Amino acid sequence: MENRNSMTDTSKRKKLSDNVKSSIFLSPAWILLLVFFLTPMVLTIIFSFTNLALTGAQAQNLRFIGFDNFIKMFNDVNLYNSIAKTLIFVLFSAILGQCFLGFLIAFLMKGKNATFRRIIGIAVIAAWVTPEVVVAFSWVAFLGDSGTLNSIITSISDIEAIAFLFEYPMVSVVVANIWRGTAFSMMAFQTALDDIPVEVEEAAIMDGATRWKIVWNITIPMVKGTITTNLMLVTLQTLGVFTLIYTMTGGGPGNDTMTLPVYMYQQAFVSYQLGYGTAISLIILTIGAIFSILYMKFLKVKV
Amino acid sequence: MTKRSIFAAILFSSVLILGACGAESEEGQSSDSNGSGGDKIPIEITWRGTGESDNIRRYLEGFEADFESDNPDIDVVLAPIMASEGDYFSKVALTMQSSETAPDIVSEDTFMLSSDANAGYLASLDEYVESWDDWDMFIENIKTGTTGEDGSVYGIPTTTDSRGIWYNKQVFADAGLPEDWQPESWEDVYAAGEAIKNSDSEAVPFSMNVAKANGEAVSMQTFEMLLYGTGETLYDSETQKWNVNGQGLVDSLEFVDEIMNQREIGPSLSIALNSSYGSVMTQDLLPNGGVGMVLDGNWNIGNYLEGGAAPLDNVDEILGFATFPTQNGEEPGFVTMAGGWSWAIPENAQNQEASWRVIEAMSSKESQADRAVVEGTLTVRKDSAEDSRYLERPLIEPATKALENAHFRPKNDLYPNVSIEIQNAVEAVASGSMTPEEAATSYKEAVTGIVGEENTY
Repeated sequence: MENRNSMTDTSKRKKLSDNVKSSIFLSPAWILLLVFFLTPMVLTIIFSFTNLALTGAQAQNLRFIGFDNFIKMFNDVNLYNSIAKTLIFVLFSAILGQCFLGFLIAFLMKGKNATFRRIIGIAVIAAWVTPEVVVAFSWVAFLGDSGTLNSIITSISDIEAIAFLFEYPMVSVVVANIWRGTAFSMMAFQTALDDIPVEVEEAAIMDGATRWKIVWNITIPMVKGTITTNLMLVTLQTLGVFTLIYTMTGGGPGNDTMTLPVYMYQQAFVSYQLGYGTAISLIILTIGAIFSILYMKFLKVKV
Repeated sequence: MTKRSIFAAILFSSVLILGACGAESEEGQSSDSNGSGGDKIPIEITWRGTGESDNIRRYLEGFEADFESDNPDIDVVLAPIMASEGDYFSKVALTMQSSETAPDIVSEDTFMLSSDANAGYLASLDEYVESWDDWDMFIENIKTGTTGEDGSVYGIPTTTDSRGIWYNKQVFADAGLPEDWQPESWEDVYAAGEAIKNSDSEAVPFSMNVAKANGEAVSMQTFEMLLYGTGETLYDSETQKWNVNGQGLVDSLEFVDEIMNQREIGPSLSIALNSSYGSVMTQDLLPNGGVGMVLDGNWNIGNYLEGGAAPLDNVDEILGFATFPTQNGEEPGFVTMAGGWSWAIPENAQNQEASWRVIEAMSSKESQADRAVVEGTLTVRKDSAEDSRYLERPLIEPATKALENAHFRPKNDLYPNVSIEIQNAVEAVASGSMTPEEAATSYKEAVTGIVGEENTY
């Protein structure tokens, strides 16, 4: 009995000192996280319950206004519009666009000649390494009235120049975002596809599986983890896209491309309602969280 | 074990050192900015810079040279903020929040001044103004524009302006319209637009600010010019209620709809909704006959004078400026919104006494006349208005005449928010995504949400 007691005592003590040690070693990381991640987040939540404003009498007396910002939000037609626009933007540019196209390019490039892979790879990645503002301006120039695309159209047909950014604003920003972001998905899928052992596919071919069957039953399940991670990263990234849309259309015409980040900016810095702006940012956070949970649940992957 | 603890110690100390470095460099910076230029007091002037053809910079550079030779103890530092009009106000508000970033003198649009004063960003100038004889030379009703809700003076007015229709005489001649043109109702404007549309001229018949990207210009140069011409106002300053039900609101939006969609005498959306609309229109299309009529501010004359962005040898022969008519020719037959800019001292400015000396010099009779001449704006001092350079400026007469029926924007903290809703409504109608009635309804809902049901009529 005595012996056992002293045994547990030492192991307890050892455990305790291990805990102390690990917390000492982790503390720099904790402090950094606390200062640069948790504090702004907590502040955002706090500010969303205040009347924080950039100018006017409100700017001088900051006070808690309870759920007023959120009540205002539920009655705000423009907010519902923005949520819808955001979902459309994310669905088409992130999920259907970047992820699907990225997978397709990576899949088609698998096992192809190295030079070919390099050329295509560089072309796709070039869009990704270009700064967002530059991408936006390139697209504005490309789609403009006397831009490249319209020059081509008018020179080969009788169609009059189309004001793409005004007549098809959402399509324009979606295409621009796909163009810019696909490289990320492509690279992620390339790595995953390269890791699939050739033997598995060879065995399937021996068993008489068609190409579609191989893709559907072997390739996709084997890269499921990458798909989930990639979907999540791309979705969260796209939810936050501001520069591209703001530079290309400014959220307009009307409210046609007013996604949540642009709307948040407008409320916070154009209408000077910082409190309301932070409340909108919480909506973006919530949508991001919902997407992440759905991905994890449906694709049954532990992250 | 020991190795590990040494490692941890290094990590810790590096974090501490990093933190200390940050603090040190910040201190270094602030002491640096105070001490630069030896014994001179640096006075930083901030205004909205517009890049290459910045008329205010041209004026300030001249002022700086004169002032510094008379006042060796002050170093005037020009620190424009390059931003769109909307962003300028938020950037200025942010810099004024801390004494580390606040400029010494800031250029404030008179419609933001009362908001910024209420926010506690601006220093009261009462004590300076009291012992300043020149203050009596300022036009009385313009002084009210720089007085806060509490009755204190927060800014010294520098310019005012009026709005009207700029027209190109060549385009008018091609369309068989008179060289000295003065519309008497909105109908006259439509008629002139259709005459240009039906002529051989390729020019855009009529243009005005309709894009949200152009911010306050949409509210003031377009919508309010129309609304105040219907006899209604945006805000009743006596009852302190906002107009949300008026027929004038719908009528004004209908004007936009007529021009842009019904009669198709407006510019294409890619010009109208572009954020560079203003400069394209006034610096390129108007002087070169690419547009017949432009509803805009009188200050554009600054572009066409010597040293401006698009200098013209004989402005009067190429361009005309007509006052904007009331809806159906109601008395006095024309209307304008008037605004203007002022110089103010942020509460967080370091050397307010010295800042005032600079403002005082900028507000002298000569300096005010200089600015009005260079910038093309209207002066706010009675004696500056008698300066011969000012009187000889082309098209000064209609611009000054318009001020006889001048309206000012609501002096209310919520005006900037309501203004956004105006811009939304105008752009929605111009781009055809809403009818005037729909836009007016959505304006009503939005404004009611902003100011509260009890503050509307």
